[in-house]
Amino acid sequence: MIELHHVRKVFPGRRGGPDVVALDGVDLAVPAGDFAGVVGPSGSGKSTLIRLVNLLERPTSGSVAVDGRVLTDLPADQVRQARSSIGMVFQHFELMDSRTAAENVEHPLELAGVGRAERRRRSAELLDLVGLAERAGARPRQLSGGQKQRVAIARALAARPQVLLCDEATSALDQASTTGVLQLLRRVRDELGLTVLLITHEMAVVKAVCDSAVLLEAGRVVDGGRLDDVLTRDDSPLAAALLPAPVADDRVAGTLLRVTVTEAAPEADVLRVLVGQLGLAVEVAGGSVETVAGGRHGRLLLRITDGDLSGLDTALTQLRAEGSKVERVAA
Amino acid sequence: MSDWSRIAPQLADATGETLYMVAVSAVLTVLLGIPLGVLLTVTAPDGLAPRPWTNRVLGLVVNLGRSLPFIILLVLVAPVTRGLVGTTIGSTAAIVPLTIGAVPFLARLVETSLREVSHGKVEAALAMGARRRQVVRTVLLPEALPSLVAGVTVTVVALISYSAMAGAIGGGGLGDFAIRFGYQQFRTDITLLTVVLLLVVVQALQFGGDTWARRLARR
Repeated sequence: MIELHHVRKVFPGRRGGPDVVALDGVDLAVPAGDFAGVVGPSGSGKSTLIRLVNLLERPTSGSVAVDGRVLTDLPADQVRQARSSIGMVFQHFELMDSRTAAENVEHPLELAGVGRAERRRRSAELLDLVGLAERAGARPRQLSGGQKQRVAIARALAARPQVLLCDEATSALDQASTTGVLQLLRRVRDELGLTVLLITHEMAVVKAVCDSAVLLEAGRVVDGGRLDDVLTRDDSPLAAALLPAPVADDRVAGTLLRVTVTEAAPEADVLRVLVGQLGLAVEVAGGSVETVAGGRHGRLLLRITDGDLSGLDTALTQLRAEGSKVERVAA
Repeated sequence: MSDWSRIAPQLADATGETLYMVAVSAVLTVLLGIPLGVLLTVTAPDGLAPRPWTNRVLGLVVNLGRSLPFIILLVLVAPVTRGLVGTTIGSTAAIVPLTIGAVPFLARLVETSLREVSHGKVEAALAMGARRRQVVRTVLLPEALPSLVAGVTVTVVALISYSAMAGAIGGGGLGDFAIRFGYQQFRTDITLLTVVLLLVVVQALQFGGDTWARRLARR
């Protein structure tokens, strides 16, 4: 598990300029076995945040603990040991061009002084796990982006870490490779019981793999929680970022309704009342519904094109009382 | 060249002396220049083990060695040469100024090569729990190897040029030969022959070095 406590990181200003506050009092707790995401625009401090977890960057103040060990209290040689049990995957892979795929996977074991036979055995096992057993002898330049990232994931897992850090791991990949790498990350988490912390600027990545997420803006956590909770909150900025609200087009006539779809409040409830009870003609004007974290979530914009609107407001009040999230858009 | 039979053995000796001086000083230069280049890189303010003062002092020494005309350096290090070799005359004695002249040159080239290794790779190794010396041994040097080979080639070629000058103060070799037989006896043909020989040696070295570097880079 990963725990950041009141972490601040200030970079001294360049050429006498003002200091840059990259992280401003961040608290973060990722429970063991969780797949957690950190999202935010560029410059929000997320890269700094993930590099603090294995102390590639030292916090200016605050503490960092991984698996119950407070890394910020450890002397340098123990930090180094702790790092070897925290795997890390990078946006640009950072494989060694002078090594084959198998030798890259062996690299962390070599650093830890593991014998050659054991290294060979382990790298073969890991390349098999990531589906690249037949490319063991290939050099990085002979591999595609997605294959490189698979090798990098195998390397990150070589020393049997409990924690895996992913720094924009799919941002340099095309759509198909991204999907493959995300499925692999999810699978190794499930099979090896890892705790994963992933940072990304792509909301689709969070929706595809994360159990929980936090939204970082200007060095502060502005929102966060388990995705299935977050997506049911109307006022959540993280939910709004994950499932952007459809924009109403006022050039088309008709009464518009906003519906927030959740597992507990499906759009069917609303439609049953509008169409079935009030006899209104309703069409979908915009929005989307997706399966995120195992449940249906979405935001819809409905347009009433025809019918008697006199009973509408009473019906909407009744629907809200029964748990549906529906609102009339002011004309 | 009617006197070819008189000159040929001397030319062979001179070639042998040049190769001896260059080979020994090249080995010493690699042994000293690569560690110095590594030190320059890792002690830099943005390096693995920042030591700003050590870095400044090393940089100053290297710049001094590089800015000094070689002919001046030859004279300046004469006491050092006498202390190490016992004499300042002969091919073995010439190895001392040659090495002292080439080490700073190679060190700067090594520094440039190592700086070109992306910081991300260094960081990846640190994230694996690498010690700093492990980063140098398993990341910086192997990743920069093609570029290091190119740097060593350039340095050895420079050593050949320096060795001709070293000959002027009693080191022997092809440079000395060209001066004594070609220049002082007004035998332009002998001077030209020496130049051709030097060119062949330099070309062979450059070709060998380039091929090796390219093969490494294509891995």
